[in-house]
Amino acid sequence: MTLQYDRRRTTTTRKLAINRLKERAPLDGTAVDRFLARHEVPIVEGPYCTFLFRGQSDEVFLVQRIVGLPDRIAMRRLWGTDLWYVVLELPEGSRIEYQIEVHHNDHHERINDPLNPKVSHSPLGSVSVCFAQGYTTPDWALPDPDARPGELLPELVVPSRALGRDCQVSLYLPARFRRTASYPLLLIHDGDDFLRYASAKTVLDNLIHRLDVAPIVAAFLNPHDRLSEYANSAAHARFVTKELLPRLEADLPLAGSRSGRCLLGSSFGAVASLAAAYRSPDVYGSLVLLSGSFVFTDIGNDHGGGPVFDPVVKFVNRYRARPRRVADRAFVSCGIYEPLIVPNRSMVHTFESTGMEVYYVEARAGHSWENWRDRMRDALSYVFPGPQKFVYE
Amino acid sequence: MRATVLGPQRRPTVDRVVADVVPEGPIATVTAGWREREDDVTELDRLLGGRSVPLRLHSRWLNVLDHDPEYATAEREHRATLDELQALYVVQLDHALRALYETAQRGGRPEVRSAAVDDALAAVRLLDGRHLDRVRETHAEFAAAWAPASRPVMAAHRTTVGGLLNPAAALAIAGGHVGVLLHVLRLFDVAAVVPDVVIAWSAGAMALTERVVLFHHDASRGPGHSEVYDNGVALVRGVVLLPHARRRLHVDDLQRMSVLARRFAPAACIVLDDGVRLDLDPDGSLPVGTRRVEPDGTIGTVEGR
Repeated sequence: MTLQYDRRRTTTTRKLAINRLKERAPLDGTAVDRFLARHEVPIVEGPYCTFLFRGQSDEVFLVQRIVGLPDRIAMRRLWGTDLWYVVLELPEGSRIEYQIEVHHNDHHERINDPLNPKVSHSPLGSVSVCFAQGYTTPDWALPDPDARPGELLPELVVPSRALGRDCQVSLYLPARFRRTASYPLLLIHDGDDFLRYASAKTVLDNLIHRLDVAPIVAAFLNPHDRLSEYANSAAHARFVTKELLPRLEADLPLAGSRSGRCLLGSSFGAVASLAAAYRSPDVYGSLVLLSGSFVFTDIGNDHGGGPVFDPVVKFVNRYRARPRRVADRAFVSCGIYEPLIVPNRSMVHTFESTGMEVYYVEARAGHSWENWRDRMRDALSYVFPGPQKFVYE
Repeated sequence: MRATVLGPQRRPTVDRVVADVVPEGPIATVTAGWREREDDVTELDRLLGGRSVPLRLHSRWLNVLDHDPEYATAEREHRATLDELQALYVVQLDHALRALYETAQRGGRPEVRSAAVDDALAAVRLLDGRHLDRVRETHAEFAAAWAPASRPVMAAHRTTVGGLLNPAAALAIAGGHVGVLLHVLRLFDVAAVVPDVVIAWSAGAMALTERVVLFHHDASRGPGHSEVYDNGVALVRGVVLLPHARRRLHVDDLQRMSVLARRFAPAACIVLDDGVRLDLDPDGSLPVGTRRVEPDGTIGTVEGR
């Protein structure tokens, strides 16, 4: 039986746990101890997620970046206790990242939720994460002992005249890699971050093992000055297409055709992917653009993104004014809780107007590495589909 | 020719089956469905009592491509045409099946809806049939233009394969990639020299039928419709074989399962899960106990007469 939860109790619904606690007598520290011991935090009851914090404070806030909600949501203190709470209604399948902001004696700090062991990592540090009803981490994103592992080669150093530096590139070779075969190539921007925070190697191993994705070679690129190199930089595009690609296709058994090449990136990395394909429209067959920072203006220059976005806005505005086909297919996705959802939705029509085939996915998630990890199966099985439907062992 | 088809061999039963139906003599084996792992046959040979004679059809195919580049180019072009045909068929099929499911879910008078569902199903069957015709025609045009059998490299391999098959007491065809299996079985004309006993499992069993149907309701991409792929080698008739049915099909979705059964009728959609063994009669009748998808979408069992 599925229980229906409602903040307003009716004869057919059940009160939220926090409301049942309120009615406990005596409502003291022991009752709170027992309550916390019995529940995982946040408490997920149907669409309602109850966030909790326990401690002596003057004010406590839930801090998150869901578009449409205030960045800081005040938590309420449960009368007579040191337990603070707030209830959010989250759509099914949501996955949100948050922190707790605690104010005490003119001092305030942001911390991960001490009551929630689930954290999400990124180059900026870690944050707490809430899995709403219906969200589960995809099993293909977790290590599978049955999946034959591919090989991650030590970093290849590619001297780049375009960028004026040596570039470190990690290479992924699929399980049962053979020199006599021919593999598609996936070029991944922010490569080390994808490996570290989006479990890229595990995901590739599993998706290839499960036949969802064809055996592919992946090259993990790493920027030096990301906000410059990935913001529509001609030098970066030249490095990828004129220096790195020929080197990889000379050294490895790659398909070496348009349909066998894909550029992948998230956020600014998606801009870099689009910009590289834009400069070489006959080279890449597919793009995977995850939460692309495709900020644009319809009028004026006030894009609100600060100076680092200036070259991006200039590029996206130009592209939107004269869109062109830069690949055969594009997988585009964005989290509906991120501010970039509107630009990404707008770009879908722009891409489609060029004759590119677009597969667009929205996720109930924010601008996060695990959102991008969770999109990998859809994205990679779209651009490099595996033989799943043909194989019956 | 007697055919025994088996479910997936994750927990092998082929050793007992072989001991039962072909107690002695060499057993020619096809493991081309394993593609680059074709030669990993140690375990299979053990299960066959050390009597296996690998035909190595995948290696032979690659050898043909290496040594006959003109044919290799033509075959690649042929494959591209077939892929295009398949893609266009799938687009049409998607619309036809969506229309069918939507029609079936409409309210109103049952008898009116039922007639509309029948019409929608007929449209799907028409698409399936036309697709198979197109594929057959494409193969025929390719064969007429390139006469694979008369090309020296291919002819040499065919002779060798025939030489290995002639003294064999049985042919065992393992699972794997059904497209590759079907291609090499056709390329080396195995059906023309098949021994009296054939034992096949999973994709190997599918390739033996008249028409190969690909299925996976949880496909990583697309709506997961079952799709007709190609004509099989037709050594087994009147059935559509569904290995891994419980893993690959939503067997509790009676509507989809019903459509599957009715779409391919009068052929029976047979569930080939782990441990299943079916000894098929040449007359096409199904053994008692065979599990098949019924017109109402349930999985039933063939009863004794």
